[in-house]
Amino acid sequence: MAAPTTAPIDLSAAMVTAPTALADWLVIAPMGLMIALGAALMMVRHKLWLHGWIAIPGLVALVLLDALLLYRVAVHGPFTMTAGRWLPPFGISFTADLLGALLAFASGLVALAAGIYGLRDINDTGRRYGFYPFLLLMMAGVTGAFLTGDIFNLYVWFEVLLISSFGLLILGSEREQIDGALKYAVLNLLGTTLFLIAVGYLYAIFGTLNMAQVASLAGEQREGAPLITLSALFILAFAMKAAAFPVNFWLPASYHTPRIVVAALFGGLLTKVGVYALMRVMVMLFPLEREELSLVLAVIAALTMLLGALGALAQSDLRRMAGFAVIAGIGNVIAGVAIGGATGVGGAILYAMHSIVVMTALYLLIGEAARIGGSWSLQTLGGLYREAPWIAAGAFVIFFATAGLPPFSGLWPKIMLLKAALDVGAWWLSAALLVSALILTLALGRVFLLAFWRPQLAGAAVGAPIAPNSWQRSTPIAGLVAVIVVFGLFPDAPVRLAQAAASSLADPAAYIQSVFPAGGAE
Amino acid sequence: MEALFSILIGVFFASAVYLMLSKYSVRILLGIAVLGNAVNLLLFTAGRLTREVPPIIPVGVDVLPDTTANPLPQALILTAIVISFSFFAFLLVLTYRGYQELGTDNTDEMRLAEPKDEPLPPLGY
Repeated sequence: MAAPTTAPIDLSAAMVTAPTALADWLVIAPMGLMIALGAALMMVRHKLWLHGWIAIPGLVALVLLDALLLYRVAVHGPFTMTAGRWLPPFGISFTADLLGALLAFASGLVALAAGIYGLRDINDTGRRYGFYPFLLLMMAGVTGAFLTGDIFNLYVWFEVLLISSFGLLILGSEREQIDGALKYAVLNLLGTTLFLIAVGYLYAIFGTLNMAQVASLAGEQREGAPLITLSALFILAFAMKAAAFPVNFWLPASYHTPRIVVAALFGGLLTKVGVYALMRVMVMLFPLEREELSLVLAVIAALTMLLGALGALAQSDLRRMAGFAVIAGIGNVIAGVAIGGATGVGGAILYAMHSIVVMTALYLLIGEAARIGGSWSLQTLGGLYREAPWIAAGAFVIFFATAGLPPFSGLWPKIMLLKAALDVGAWWLSAALLVSALILTLALGRVFLLAFWRPQLAGAAVGAPIAPNSWQRSTPIAGLVAVIVVFGLFPDAPVRLAQAAASSLADPAAYIQSVFPAGGAE
Repeated sequence: MEALFSILIGVFFASAVYLMLSKYSVRILLGIAVLGNAVNLLLFTAGRLTREVPPIIPVGVDVLPDTTANPLPQALILTAIVISFSFFAFLLVLTYRGYQELGTDNTDEMRLAEPKDEPLPPLGY
């Protein structure tokens, strides 16, 4: 037996010796909180009255944590915590930068809104199926994807949110839900599998999975590496998750089947995680390849937004129309990624934040309209303006914001995207942006015309008496509408933050610095 | 050895794609299972296939010598296997429920959520 070594082992070469600063725990606090509360809710699954009391304070805490995170990142720049005290790149790093913190904050807000709406919208059966545990676990996945600094870990968070979204999608096990869920599950699983292949190739090329290290290495290891192929694979995988043309058909097949509050969450959050990953990988890790492939991305973007708008025009089911509106929004974000630059990517980030809030609000509003009008279909809806003037006012704001009309939140990202597109001379892309907005305006204007202004149809089924309005249903919509209005009237701070996020994404020096304080990545 | 495995992985991918192009949900499911294994094998092979040399860094060297297999891809596929296994279990139940509820395993006939004869929205009132 060998004698024990007497030479002291220098741990600081392999491990972080200083204890993690309390403030640095903030970067994993949102996920930790969501997973812990999700597990706790799972244990009290049959005590239905407890669910709201645990989940809503939890979601409020999530919003507060996300706000703190955003504040800290905006003031002090990105910061990192590495798991297990290993020195990065050996430990899994969580790095909060402005892009991740902004999107995490926006998604926390809509999760809270949906959680409150769900108090009334999800009945006892839905709760017994586990609406609130799935909601919290999905938020863990979404927030984790926004904040992780390791690309394999990003894959794991994708799977966390995917499996929770399956649970939410089939809440109630109706026949339409099973049909929609089959398509959703198969195609999304395929998308994440493609992502896994791309991660494997990335590791084969760079020998690391840490995004900061890849970003700092990408300059040196370009020679001869098949980076265009790798980027194309990443684009395909993320386009599938984001529902970009031509791999978007799972979205209109499934998003109208679950409970409306679930559809609202999906429409707001899930596709945005896909575009977030697209931005993170293409803008930060592979900027040169993004330049090379920008035409491909631009064509995808133009087709996606046109297809989304035309699809919205062709639907009489309000929920399916909203699904196509989600797709049109994704086209806008990808357009920003294709154009690049601080204005282009900034516009994309701003649009993603706007879209998270507006799409959730749109679905929730449609749910209210259908509850009062007794139908999802434009064929039979009518007279809502007289029945519910406040819902009509909310619809006015949300429809204008969705179409990108002033003075609401959709206007500013659209202006940034248009300006960026014109600056690089992509006149056809700016034309697609405008035409898509015009068609969406027509589609949504028609909803207003038929469902709100048209007098109630004579033969309309005046079926079950409408449940009285309740604060659980009205406050989330009112809150989201308030966000849309304030963001539309005072766009200064969000625009500035989005542009700062875009420039720190294009030049990730601060991000790399926060992971490798000594500049240690060789 | 790696060359042999590359061919095997190619066969796996080809049969997975072939199965997933079918319109019957059970075959699609089998295709997904094969695809998951193809990806795992791909990562496994990419990390070199040697079993004689333990992955221990010799004294005085900073990285693993080229003759050893890289243990990280193996750790990755362990995670991926667990994930793909649980997803496969879920999909299996979902497909079975789909067959029970919809009465078919032909995806062409699964039009419940998107009915063929859905009317276009009215043009006016």
